[in-house]
Order: sequence, then structure tokens, then C-alpha cells
Amino acid sequence: MEVTNRFNMNFLSRSANEAFARAAVAAFAAQIDPTLEEISDIKTAVSEAVTNCIVHGYKEKMGKIYISAEILDNNTLRVKIKDKGAGIENIKRAMEPLFTTVGGERAGLGFAVMQSFMDNVSVRSAKDKGTTVTLTKRITPRYSING
Amino acid sequence: MAVEIKIKGEVVYAYLSGELDHHSAAFMRQAIDSAIELNMPTLLIMDFENITFMDSSGIGLVMGRYRNLSKSGAVLNITGVSRQMYKMMEMAGLNRLAKIEQQSNER
Ligand SMILES: Nc1ncnc2c1ncn2[C@@H]1O[C@H](COP(=O)(O)OP(=O)(O)OP(=O)(O)O)[C@@H](O)[C@H]1O
Ligand SMILES: [Mg+2]
Repeated sequence: MEVTNRFNMNFLSRSANEAFARAAVAAFAAQIDPTLEEISDIKTAVSEAVTNCIVHGYKEKMGKIYISAEILDNNTLRVKIKDKGAGIENIKRAMEPLFTTVGGERAGLGFAVMQSFMDNVSVRSAKDKGTTVTLTKRITPRYSING
Repeated sequence: MAVEIKIKGEVVYAYLSGELDHHSAAFMRQAIDSAIELNMPTLLIMDFENITFMDSSGIGLVMGRYRNLSKSGAVLNITGVSRQMYKMMEMAGLNRLAKIEQQSNER
């Protein structure tokens, strides 16, 4: 699969940037013509990963979040979301639905939502080094009068 | 993002609007919790009709309110939920804890 387009950005782990980050990725993905529902799926998954960087990676302290989004030649969007924060000790357990290390107002659903709304979710992480989440979704090509 | 609170007898209505994420959830939580504390309702209705975006922070918000309410035996109803929101609520098992009404104009 060849990469036909790419954009990179980084921003501070302020919660105000959650809306900006998901909107930026959705705007980039617009070129492969996703449906409204697909846009909503992408925004939700990106929001989950970015929020995790802020809440768990940097534990609400300031750090940098890196996003790289790519379009692959089979109408696929691939988004990497990375922090250089706490890292995850047990990735398999972290990805189980309803598992959370922060009780109270967190449901433990972030990874389950990413998996349900995207085609593929992969996680690389090392303790005290950080976490990279890669989200992939193929957008079903649609016929249009413009071809 | 905003929360509009309406009180009718022992019922508190919370009409949520805008984007519901980790950033906005804290504000919404405070608005709803102070209305609950002040009015001690037997029923809380959280309406999502005018929510334009929601991630799992919204599920956390609902679960947290459900837990607080059930301490006093009060009940939670959820209205105006989109198909995508319902999917997330189902993943959390919320459909077994609260009555959930989906949007009339299903998108
Ligand atoms: N970027 C990250 N850095 C460190 N730990 C993480 C990161 N992302 C996830 N985790 C760990 O994985 C767990 C599960 O994440 P998940 O997003 O599924 O649930 P949550 O964030 O706890 O709750 P929710 O997403 O429903 O608000 C987290 O509680 C946290 O311990
Ligand atoms: Mg999360």
C-alpha cells in the first residue's frame, strides 16, 4: 500500500485541543470522501486517542502530542497519535472493554470505541517512554456525478 | 457546549448541547450535580438531542450521574440519543441501568 498524502502536526496536551485535533484529522480525511457517519467514527476514535494522551500519558501535565495522518492508495486513512508520557505496562489488559486505571468519571471504553469505529487499532508503548496508537479505516468509495 | 436545566416537580431535566468530550464534560458534570444537590429529584432526564459530538467521556458523565442518583434511589432516563451514541452506551451496559430513548429523526 502506497502513501499518497500525509500531514503532521504537534500540539500541547491541553484539553481545549481535543476538538481541534479531531476536526483537523476529519478535514484531512475529507479528500477520500467519507460519509457523515464515517467522519463521525474518525472524529470519535481520534478524540479517544488524544484524550488518552492527555489524561493517562501526561496525567494532565503539559507535554507534546504528535499526530501524523496518511492517505493510502486504496482509499484508506491511517492516523498515528503519539505521546512521550507514562506508557502502558500491560497493553492487552488496557484494551479490554471497561478496563480503566482511573475510576470515577472514566468508563474504560476508549480502546473499545476505537476498535468498534475503525477497521484496525494497534498500540505500541513502553513504560516512561510513551505510547503510539495507530488507527486505520478504509473509506468505501462512492459513485458520484463528478466521477 | 452548554447545559440547560429545567425542574418540574421531582424531575430534573438536563438538556445538553454542543460537543461532549473530556474538555467539556467537567463543566457539564458541575452543572448537573449542583441541580441534583439543590433539588433532590427522584428522576433525572439527560437529553442528548443537541449534542453534536460525543466520545467515551460522555459515557463517563452518564455513568457517574447514574451512580450518584442510585445512592438516593433516584432513576435516570436518557433521551435524544443518536445511533452512534447508543452503540457506546450499549458497550458500557448503560441500556441495562437506564431507559434510553433514541432520536426521533434517526440519522
Ligand atoms: N496514552 C496512554 N498513556 C498511558 N496509559 C494509557 C494511554 N492510553 C490508555 N492508557 C491506559 O489504558 C487504560 C484504558 O484506556 P481506555 O481509553 O480504554 O479507557 P479510559 O481512558 O480509562 O476511560 P475512557 O476512555 O472511557 O474515558 C487507561 O485507563 C490507561 O491506564
Ligand atoms: Mg480513554
